[in-house]
Amino acid sequence: MHTFKYTAASFFKYLTLVLGALAALIPILVVFFASLKTNAEYASTGPLTLPENWLNFSNYTKAFVDGNMLLGFMNTIIIVLISIAGATLTGSMMAYILARFKFKGSKLLMGAFLLATLIPGVTTQVATFQIINSLDLFNTRWAPILMYLGTDIIAVYIFMQFLDSISESLDESAMLDGASYWTIYWRIILPLLSPAIVTVIIVKGVNIYNDFYTPFLYMPKSSLQVVSTALFKFKGPYGSQWEVICAAIMIAIIPTLIAFISLQKYIYNGFAQGSVK
Amino acid sequence: MERLSNLSYKNQRILIIFLFSLVPVVLLLTFSYLPVFKMFQYSFTSWDGFSKNMEYVGFDNYKTIFTKPEYFAVFKVSLYYFFATFVQMGLALYFATILSFNVRLKNWFKGILFFPTLLNGVAIGFIFLFFFKPEGTLNTMLDLVGLGAWQQKWLLNPHLINISLAFASVWRYMGMNFIIFLGAISSIGSDIYEASEIDGANRWHQFRHIIIPSIKKILQLNLILAVSGAIGVFEIPYVMTGGSNGSGTFVIQTVDVAFKYSKLGLASAMAVVLLGIVVIVTILQRVLIKEEK
Repeated sequence: MHTFKYTAASFFKYLTLVLGALAALIPILVVFFASLKTNAEYASTGPLTLPENWLNFSNYTKAFVDGNMLLGFMNTIIIVLISIAGATLTGSMMAYILARFKFKGSKLLMGAFLLATLIPGVTTQVATFQIINSLDLFNTRWAPILMYLGTDIIAVYIFMQFLDSISESLDESAMLDGASYWTIYWRIILPLLSPAIVTVIIVKGVNIYNDFYTPFLYMPKSSLQVVSTALFKFKGPYGSQWEVICAAIMIAIIPTLIAFISLQKYIYNGFAQGSVK
Repeated sequence: MERLSNLSYKNQRILIIFLFSLVPVVLLLTFSYLPVFKMFQYSFTSWDGFSKNMEYVGFDNYKTIFTKPEYFAVFKVSLYYFFATFVQMGLALYFATILSFNVRLKNWFKGILFFPTLLNGVAIGFIFLFFFKPEGTLNTMLDLVGLGAWQQKWLLNPHLINISLAFASVWRYMGMNFIIFLGAISSIGSDIYEASEIDGANRWHQFRHIIIPSIKKILQLNLILAVSGAIGVFEIPYVMTGGSNGSGTFVIQTVDVAFKYSKLGLASAMAVVLLGIVVIVTILQRVLIKEEK
């Protein structure tokens, strides 16, 4: 009786896992199938039918060229690199002074950053737009970059958490050697923070790569398109060519898939840390 | 930077605190606090966003929002997403719990369940447009398993559209909740489980008395985030339906009112109302959670 109950529970466990995995995979897999079909094949077969020729990449070429995806990737990379470098520097500097110095106003500073995260970004977009506009940043790459840079309490938190585990005696011994606070930050703290930096890079990188709202609103100029907005442009004109849209979807997904597979370990940790603390 | 070391440590401290916080604070003020202030100011005007002078109209914008049903309807749409969050968290908790124990192919399941969360929002919109098409994936699958009679026009039927969209949203964010819960559950020491097993606890007891209490804080945090998440829904409905057929969310409407119809004052008032709701719900939850303790 006991073994029966155990087997039944185990069966149920694996059944739900397989169903969950299928639910996660099927919507993506069918898009992948469709992306490899010819126009006639797409029209005559159902979504679950496998493509005849697994090496038919003509839709990919068409999507890549017509959607000017190269430009999208270029702009995305520029924005991601500058935002992440900036966010890592400002976040770690902020965390350094908050974690290592007790000073008047440190609580206030922390509180100001925390309160800001409670204001949902979407509510203030209309007013933010006017600010971007009055700074003459509308339709420039600086608009999203500055917004990704600002108010990132998550990065500050991750850095502060990590700074707690770096012994302060390191700072002190450096001070005996006459090192300035800047040297301590730049030569000792920043290199030791590298695991936390990896976390911040991943979390921010994924967010920026996937963001649609910000570039859509602040950089409508087509020469500034990013991957998200380039993909969005396929809506409408390609209504009758879903196999091309599907290829475009895959083009946007593949970098994520590669990053996920190669950085799996860090990604799990990064997201668990980035979202909880 | 050589000269910095010539200063006394006391002066260095003052300098470095000032320099290191300068950029973050300027950004914080410009992109977080100034917009809130401006938003309140605009909400009392009939400004279109372009003209030089702003005309103050008192509470007219707020009156419009609360008296015209088309402005308030969007909050009903949020309810779909709000309820969907509970489904999402329930699934995430279930999968996180079973995958924190011994399971074959554990890492594969973990990866597959988490992967959707990493995907591009626009790509997900398209994926589900394809999924819900009349001759799309879902209807084909229903046919395949003999449930052809259940086929629907998922995105054209006004009764189903928001449920379909909320489903896509669950698909997108479940993995995020899942990985957070998994991280929290795996930080529970294995000795606690061992001790409970000696006391004769089964899996359900362990879930109820060990797992739930240790991740309570994270559950509560996720509940608070669920509210602002439900109100902030934008990408999926915007990419999939453009907000047509009664699927417009608050953000879609605000963007339309502000940028399509150039009613910046009105859009700001809508945002103030939204912020008010988020603040009230957050405070309510804080109070309720405190009373519970």
